[in-house]
Amino acid sequence: MTVSLLPVWAVLTPVLGLCALLLCERWMRPERVAAPFVGLSLYLSLSMTYEVMTSQAPLVYALGGWLPPLGLTLRADGVGVLLMALTALVMTGVAICAWTPPGDATARSRFSFWALLLALWSALNLAFTAQDLFNFFVALEMLSFAAVALVALDGTRGALIAALRYLLFALAGSILYLLGVGLIYGRYAVLDLAGLREIAQPDTVTLAALALMTAGLMAKTALFPLHLWLPPAHAGAPAPASAVLSALVVKAPFLIILRLWVDLLPLPAAAPQQIMAGLGAAAILVCSVIALRQQRLKLMIAYSTLAQVGYLFLMFPLMPGPAPWQDIGWTGGLLQLASHGFAKAAMFLAAGLIYEALGHDRVAELGGLARRQPVTLAAFAIAGLSLMGLPPSGGFIAKLLLLTAAVETGAWWIAAVILAGGILAAFYVFRALGHALADGDPPMAPVALYRQGAVLALALCALALGFVPLRPFALLAIGRPLEALEAMP
Amino acid sequence: MTELLALTLALPLLAGALFIVATASTRAALFGFFAFGLFLALAWVALDAVDVALTEAAIGGGATGLLLLRLNGRMRHPVSLGEPAGPRLKIAAGLLAALVTLALGALLLALPEPAPSLAAATVEPLPALGIGNPVTAVLIAYRALDTLLEIVVLLIAVVGLRALGTDRGWGGRPVPWPEGEPSPALVFLARLLIPAGLVFAVYLFWVGADAPGGKFQASTLVAALWLLAIMAGLAPAPCSGGRWTGRALAIGPLAFIVAGTIGIAAAGSFLAWPEPVAKPMIIAVELALAVSIVVALVLLVAGPPERETGR
Amino acid sequence: MSTTLFGLTGAALVGIGLFGLIVHPTALRKLLAFNLVGAGVFLVFGVLARRAAAAGLAGDPVPQAIVITGIVVAFAATALAATLLARLSGPEEEP
Repeated sequence: MTVSLLPVWAVLTPVLGLCALLLCERWMRPERVAAPFVGLSLYLSLSMTYEVMTSQAPLVYALGGWLPPLGLTLRADGVGVLLMALTALVMTGVAICAWTPPGDATARSRFSFWALLLALWSALNLAFTAQDLFNFFVALEMLSFAAVALVALDGTRGALIAALRYLLFALAGSILYLLGVGLIYGRYAVLDLAGLREIAQPDTVTLAALALMTAGLMAKTALFPLHLWLPPAHAGAPAPASAVLSALVVKAPFLIILRLWVDLLPLPAAAPQQIMAGLGAAAILVCSVIALRQQRLKLMIAYSTLAQVGYLFLMFPLMPGPAPWQDIGWTGGLLQLASHGFAKAAMFLAAGLIYEALGHDRVAELGGLARRQPVTLAAFAIAGLSLMGLPPSGGFIAKLLLLTAAVETGAWWIAAVILAGGILAAFYVFRALGHALADGDPPMAPVALYRQGAVLALALCALALGFVPLRPFALLAIGRPLEALEAMP
Repeated sequence: MTELLALTLALPLLAGALFIVATASTRAALFGFFAFGLFLALAWVALDAVDVALTEAAIGGGATGLLLLRLNGRMRHPVSLGEPAGPRLKIAAGLLAALVTLALGALLLALPEPAPSLAAATVEPLPALGIGNPVTAVLIAYRALDTLLEIVVLLIAVVGLRALGTDRGWGGRPVPWPEGEPSPALVFLARLLIPAGLVFAVYLFWVGADAPGGKFQASTLVAALWLLAIMAGLAPAPCSGGRWTGRALAIGPLAFIVAGTIGIAAAGSFLAWPEPVAKPMIIAVELALAVSIVVALVLLVAGPPERETGR
Repeated sequence: MSTTLFGLTGAALVGIGLFGLIVHPTALRKLLAFNLVGAGVFLVFGVLARRAAAAGLAGDPVPQAIVITGIVVAFAATALAATLLARLSGPEEEP
């Protein structure tokens, strides 16, 4: 492992940006204050990815020199830097898209948007690098508060109700999670993942604690049947915020679930994994069908998020080996996470630009878009490719890997669900595309080309993930198995 | 601690919780919550966690209760998220609650004996830090990142609260509270309590290094006094977009990060406290944090801005 | 024994809060119930701390510090929810 301050600065740079926004509120436009911090955070995340890839070792830092179990460490492993790079690219795309706010944006919504965006970024980087169960809790709370406020940013009654429901779900999830953390502490007096890995036993208290934590995190990641809060929240937020919420925010609790079941208590595939996969399968089937019936583009995309989150949970029973990170199920699941992140961010941003151009996002009235906004529509189509799992796209590779893993482990029902989910996704994506390709000449407001370009770039990132080789991806195994820190770094 | 003392605290807690849930009047439930918070703080004292008791009394019971009471006074109609529960749902919920209580109780009884502990590990480095209270050491040294980010959570909550306000009130002061002239009794009480309270807050802040107390407890006390002064019309509520408000909110995290950076150069690690000056540095950072906490708490209780800045 | 009593009280508070959360339709009462559940969970942490008394301390400081952080975070959550409620119950002045 490499001792490095980079993870610390990745968490704190957006916090510095938040402070700068508060200090400069009266003198400078918020986007100008935030821009250097966006750039710096992007640079930090990409250079961390580069460091981890070249040194083939995780970046670790023990804060204050205090080692666990007393102290806290930040540790950027292969999975962590993949998600941080995803976050950085999506955030940059969102920042470019939101650079010129719509004409009716007020001082309140502009300032709040940039401040909350930076807050989310800090929380995400913390969630991806933290190693301590209570540190995760702090990251989740930062994430929830910023996300709830973003949902309510438009100030409409619908948005406020959606934000309230979201907050109540998030609070319930937090309390369940915290109760689990308490039981773990009472059982082991250790909260550090690596330390727990060495001593954790699959006894009643530990399993109950993990179940409580997992249930709480499921509410926050909106896994079926705890998903009801998500569609109104993600559809009601301003489009750049929806992009961040759907592409990134729901992924953080998922990653923590993954760390609990792979790092903290690695168990051979058994009932818990099957239950999670079962709920994931239900999410894919039920929510895809509901997505088909949506009249509004943003709601359709939000239901699609629920289905795509379902795919992530399919990976749990597909990693049966003693070293799950060597399995193709692991690679498939994480590639699905990354490619859905890019594709969904592009899709929500595209929906936002379409809304700005047309003044509505009713699926049935999208005619004429193809001629007037070809770049936006191309981005939408490419992102749709990844959601359906058609080649060439990250979604294709991810779903192919999951499918292969399902066949190899003999989990035929999972294979069937993956195929059915792809077909359903094709239905709802093509339905929207078909309407957009239809003739029509509605009045349209112009949308700057650089913003359409940013959306296209994100969609192309999802496409580019389709060119990684079809085997366990070395980056995703860096830093595994988790080892306890033994010396003062 | 004897069983009798535990019982005399546990029974009112349970009765209070049942009253809060069962009573039909929201206002009664809120006053019940205040009493509940008081007994909860006493329970923390009985558990030998005076630091937590102070925080619970100030924030858990006091500030939260005040916030909800103010909310109840301001709400013109209740916001409902569903239908009133029928008898069937009530029975099901009761069974579920009983089941959860039993399961949780069983899990607690299943915990290992003797309990694993980090207590010894927290005591050992105390001399080098120059502080005597291990809880403070956990908050400011071993788990300093949690504390730093917890202040950021408060900041995010303030930003969120402002984001949830109206456009018309952006950058202004919160709605006045209460509406109309404050009663002479309240003004008298405020004039009496505020100086005494401030002295006690300084004391709490100062002893926090070695005895129970510290920045949170002192900050909440100052925040409560400020709120009292606002209620009595003796002090203005902070202007949410004001120059000084922004500075006060940012100074805590910034001072913490600067101290952490000094730690890299002076003690070889981010957020490490260099031995000879550990205590003065910790106190300086805690003071900056206290400023941020006070302003954040007052803003959070006072609510979103709704009044124009230029009065 | 008396520590166990507080642990069971914490468990009961979680149960009572959960009951309130389910049966009360209004958001403010739900918020109160949330705070009861939170108090119960924190009390459980306090019991864990008391059980782990060692090294001359009356309790393990780590869970105590965690509860202090937790109480502040829970307050921030309540404040955000209260703001949403105040907006929702007010007159509609803006779209």
